[in-house]
Amino acid sequence: MDFYSFAIQLLNGVQYGLLLFLVASGLTLIFGIMGIINLAHGSFYMLGAYMAFSLSSLTGSLLIAIVLGILLSVALGVFLEWALFSHLYKRDHLEQVLLTYGLILVFEELRSLIVGNDVHGVAIPDIFNWSIPLTATLSYPVYRLFMSAVCILLAVLLYLLIARTRLGMMIRAGASNREMVQSLGLNINLVYRLVFALGVALAAFAGMLAAPVSSVYPGMGTGVLIICFVIVVIGGIGSIWGALVAALLIGLADTFGKVLLPEAAGVIVYLLMAAILLWRPEGLFRRV
Amino acid sequence: MKRKTLALLAALTMLALFPLAGATFYTELVTKVMILAIFALSLDLLVGYTGLVSFGHAAYYGIGAYVLGLMAPKYEAANLWLTLPAAIVLAGLAALAVGTLVVRVKGIYFIMVTLAFAQMFYFVFHDTKFGRGSDGISMNFKPVAAIGDFTPFDLANAAHVYYFVFAAMLAVFVFLRLLLRSAFGRALQGIRSNEQRMRSLGFPVYRYKLASFAIAGALAGLAGYLSALQFGFINPELLSWHQSGNVLLMLILGGLGSLYGAVVGAFAFVALQELFSSVTTHWQLLLGGTIILLVIFLPGGLASVMNRFERTLIGESGDE
Repeated sequence: MDFYSFAIQLLNGVQYGLLLFLVASGLTLIFGIMGIINLAHGSFYMLGAYMAFSLSSLTGSLLIAIVLGILLSVALGVFLEWALFSHLYKRDHLEQVLLTYGLILVFEELRSLIVGNDVHGVAIPDIFNWSIPLTATLSYPVYRLFMSAVCILLAVLLYLLIARTRLGMMIRAGASNREMVQSLGLNINLVYRLVFALGVALAAFAGMLAAPVSSVYPGMGTGVLIICFVIVVIGGIGSIWGALVAALLIGLADTFGKVLLPEAAGVIVYLLMAAILLWRPEGLFRRV
Repeated sequence: MKRKTLALLAALTMLALFPLAGATFYTELVTKVMILAIFALSLDLLVGYTGLVSFGHAAYYGIGAYVLGLMAPKYEAANLWLTLPAAIVLAGLAALAVGTLVVRVKGIYFIMVTLAFAQMFYFVFHDTKFGRGSDGISMNFKPVAAIGDFTPFDLANAAHVYYFVFAAMLAVFVFLRLLLRSAFGRALQGIRSNEQRMRSLGFPVYRYKLASFAIAGALAGLAGYLSALQFGFINPELLSWHQSGNVLLMLILGGLGSLYGAVVGAFAFVALQELFSSVTTHWQLLLGGTIILLVIFLPGGLASVMNRFERTLIGESGDE
């Protein structure tokens, strides 16, 4: 592998990892703060991608589709938390698994009813639809660089939100002691609702961002969900920093695995998880 | 208690006589349900009795099926007495290997990790030449039950398959009942209700959980083998996480930790599936909606409704 192909794979791996981080960060926040295992989180990613497809063909612009999509997914998050997830806080994990499993079936069938089962492509916006030439034959698409930049920006904003704002303080407090926060007179239910909506919006946004690159297809949510579980397990539940490191690790392992060992590509990330479980069962960055 | 025994006897008699009355279609349908019941029984050992919520149990079901598919020669029939034990042992060994890793973690972690490992096995069969890819394997011949020159039953005959599966289900049921009454089974139930205490009493909790995980995997392998035997066709979807979700759903429908519940749940699940798919091709929408409503409005599952019903019928009061 020469330098340029290596660099391209490196950039691809980082970009894939950053995208996974957007989904996994919401998942780990919902685990860490609300104590809920959400199998339907991958469906939000799928939903985002389908919104990018449907809304951009309706409005003719991916940008408008993304803005509308974010608003819709926040609304969906608030609604789902109110209607379903708020019933789950005191239930055991098994019931959380079942309810969110039911939710996946509902989302998949609704997707099939409304949009159908075909694979769709989403056009890259014109300003990003060009490539940076590297050698005579190799070039790198600008849209992928743009994706990475957006993901990094969001990661920084997420860090600032949690570490530096009043809401972030409430989120951190709610994660460590729900009753105490409540008895201090803060509205913890509102915090939970916002965290959940944030998680949904992040996953949906990741789906919208990825739609032009990965195309839009049935079952796309499941693959992402399981990879994000691996990321959360490796990074440690509730740790955003852990999710970032683990997501980059998985992104690189998967990308280079596909290039170097195509037969074993599907298995590599799971072997990585197995190794880390042996070494540190509680994940790389678990904070208790 | 008497009533329960009577109900059990009645159900067993009905199942035993069923193929004599029904058309082949229904014989085959009930065979399929009983295979799922074995699968659900194996998961009940984990979820209901050991307190380990596995969301990747389909992996061992699929491995059991693939053992038959990969061992079967192309132009002749495989031998049942060779391939069946192999399926059980290999599925058990796979569960043992995964178990050494996953049993170390708890709660939400356990759910995620079991799902992830199941997905790994899915890719092993889906992506490699060894597993024959996403098309799967179709077998040209049913296995034969020959011991030397003597063939006690014919697995190409639907009624014979029915009784073979029926016997297997009873055997698994009795095996689990005995296992759970043994010191080993008591220890598992102790771990479910208070792991710390069991540990401080000196029980090697890790090894107990691991043994439970491996046994459950082996029994799931049996179910998977039987399913491959019945349909003669195997593909990676047998290991898919939908399968893991559905078997958990069966357990919840029937009620956890009673063994009967696993069997009732398998019947209830297939009945729901048949009912919904007769209404619409998008039957999973109805199934998903039902699950959501069930969790929100009936925390104890279908079993809690039946218990309540039974209590009002018999006039008992109080718990259990």
